[in-house]
Amino acid sequence: MADPRAPSESNRPALALHVPEPKYRPGDKADFSHIDIGQPGDQPRPDEGIHPSQMAGLAYGLVRVLGDDNHAHGPWNPRLDPETLRTMLGHMALVRAFDERMFRGQRQGKTSFYMKCTGEEATSIAPAMALASDDMVFPSYRQQGILLVRGYPLIEMINQIYSNKADKLKGRQLPIMYSSREHSFFSISGNLATQCPQAVGWAMASAIKGDSRIAASWVGEGSTAEGDFHSACTFAAVYNAPVILNVVNNQWAISSFSGFAGAERTTFAARGLGYGIAALRVDGNDALACYAATEWAANRARGNDGPTLIEYFTYRAEGHSTSDDPSGYRSAQEREEWPLGDPVTRLKNHLIAIGEWDEQRHAAMDLECAERVKATTKEAEKNGILGHGLHHPFHTMFEDVYEDLPWHLEEQAEQAIRERIAKFGTERPFG
Amino acid sequence: MSDQPATLGENVLTDAPERRLNMIEAINEALDIMLARDPDVIIMGEDVGYFGGVFRATAGLQAKHGKNRVFDTPISECGIIGVAVGMGAYGLRPVPEIQFADYIYPGLDQLISEAARLRYRSAGDYIAPMTVRSPFGGGIFGGQTHSQSPEALFTHVAGLKTVIPATPHDAKGLLISAIEDNDPVIFFEPKRIYNGPFSGYYDKPVEPWKKHPDSVVPEGYYKVPLGKARVVQEGEALTVLAYGTMVHVAEAVCREKGVDAEILDLRTLVPLDIKAIEASVEKTGRCLIVHEATRTSGFGAELSALVTERCFYHLEAPVERVTGFDTPYPHSLEWAYFPGPVRIGEAIDKLLKD
Repeated sequence: MADPRAPSESNRPALALHVPEPKYRPGDKADFSHIDIGQPGDQPRPDEGIHPSQMAGLAYGLVRVLGDDNHAHGPWNPRLDPETLRTMLGHMALVRAFDERMFRGQRQGKTSFYMKCTGEEATSIAPAMALASDDMVFPSYRQQGILLVRGYPLIEMINQIYSNKADKLKGRQLPIMYSSREHSFFSISGNLATQCPQAVGWAMASAIKGDSRIAASWVGEGSTAEGDFHSACTFAAVYNAPVILNVVNNQWAISSFSGFAGAERTTFAARGLGYGIAALRVDGNDALACYAATEWAANRARGNDGPTLIEYFTYRAEGHSTSDDPSGYRSAQEREEWPLGDPVTRLKNHLIAIGEWDEQRHAAMDLECAERVKATTKEAEKNGILGHGLHHPFHTMFEDVYEDLPWHLEEQAEQAIRERIAKFGTERPFG
Repeated sequence: MSDQPATLGENVLTDAPERRLNMIEAINEALDIMLARDPDVIIMGEDVGYFGGVFRATAGLQAKHGKNRVFDTPISECGIIGVAVGMGAYGLRPVPEIQFADYIYPGLDQLISEAARLRYRSAGDYIAPMTVRSPFGGGIFGGQTHSQSPEALFTHVAGLKTVIPATPHDAKGLLISAIEDNDPVIFFEPKRIYNGPFSGYYDKPVEPWKKHPDSVVPEGYYKVPLGKARVVQEGEALTVLAYGTMVHVAEAVCREKGVDAEILDLRTLVPLDIKAIEASVEKTGRCLIVHEATRTSGFGAELSALVTERCFYHLEAPVERVTGFDTPYPHSLEWAYFPGPVRIGEAIDKLLKD
């Protein structure tokens, strides 16, 4: 019998599978001139109560404020005062310094893992500043900037990264998977996109209770392929939830370019349109545009006008994590050639252009950030680094699985401590 | 725990007719009571709102408590569990319904990776105090998509509790305990016995709950604690460990065969009442485990291991497991799959042989 999978003898054309391929691989010269980035100030800013279908163009264009002339343009200019701009720049500089130091710490063997947000600082810091401090955020793993904006102590971040005896998460979580209820910052999962429907649920609860707080989640463009993201959009639309669904399109999901999440066909902002969710596509390297988009979406949510999906068009300037080497799959030139520049440099140049900053002050600030991170790191190291014994007591491994310890965990805890004593002759050899 | 409201006088008590409910009515009453007692309790799920649920478990609750408290959801189990996690983080106490346990799988990541681990990974910063209600089990000609018993998938997950009632009385009291519990609880309702206990003889008429003593359901609020098994009947010849529908099937078989069995209705699989199991097996020396779920890696395997590890020197025969077969739940051959009287009877004979 003939193989039914053999080419058909009919005159129907042979089908062909399309497997997406990024434009540039290692060694290639990167050229992003095909990307239409529009002009700063060219996108309209509709009233926050607009019906999503009336603003579809904003899902395909790019909201930009900062121009090549380093000035702010157009209706999306959030008109922030210089002090706020300097604060924003300070947060961005600090998170960059922090990332540098923690990355090095991992290379020095002080912890197992780290993830930088280099190049994407504006996509968490500007939105966090535009939200109220008690609005609930459901971050992914590259939004450490939110914690800095909300005043979470640097030393607590480092204690968590080192999984040491002062780690508030008791050494249970992979580094950078922070959690702080006090700062309205949800526990980071590591399973992708799970936070999206959770943010919607939190927002629904806030609406059920007649509260005024809203929720926001962050997810990478690659993770929008997860069902959770689509469940979140469905629920957000159905219940008109007061939530902001942020998609950080940094072009790369580990080694998979955004084409594997559908970027060859449409924008990520356009995902919102099918659900009837207001959608904005924003220059993610333009802190003013990021701020303005969040401010718009927050106003919309607080006015019971519903959810907003924001795509931040940006670029992951570094590897996915300390476990990744992007030179193996993408052109090293991409970072330099990225048409939307560097978010820190752009905000800095804006402040200089309006006469509110200068190179000397910037250099001093960078130095101060580096010194502060260094000093805090030394302080945190007194509490231990990963694998050097200064961890939480063994029994804590069995706590918080349930509110109360059931018999089987009690038995297993006893066993763990017996093993410890058998190995070291004492339960806690390091005190 | 008093079975009667304390405010009633003695004469009234004597004269009051016993109040008998089926399991659906008991569940509905538990939900109604918790909605009234705790403003943070909300109910959501497919068809649970205006219509009151495909099994009527939420009938009348939206009309009584409002659309903000009891509402329909999109057909998205991932979304239902996911938003319930977020609601729990806010401070609500959601009671989502998954229409059939067979449909719970799209929500598994949210249950296993999120709800179950939230307290642990956040060191108590956030909890997921949700109770996921879901009808489970077969015997209703539901085919492979309306008959499964996936409890072992959940008992395997650290951080989840798994509760399965076998009577209207327990369904109400256990559900109230589950809703008040600060950990995520999977509450599987054996749908075959929603309307009456089941002897295992599918060709005999359905016996309504009202003839069963455990259909006497006290009015108002009461709890049956999680982690406490119920001794259905005391006996000397062997111990039967069962839950849900199979409690009644096992009871009928033992009665029919005249076996002096001690039957334990486990009620909660996690946390498990290990003391009750040990006490009974040490007394009888023989142990039969019965569940409807597939055999391999079923919860019976865990029970068998525990009994062997902890009661080995009291055992006079190998532990026996009676389970469903390792096939999908078939439609036309449903009763060939079901661990009915013949399969249970053979296992009892084998256990009592020596």
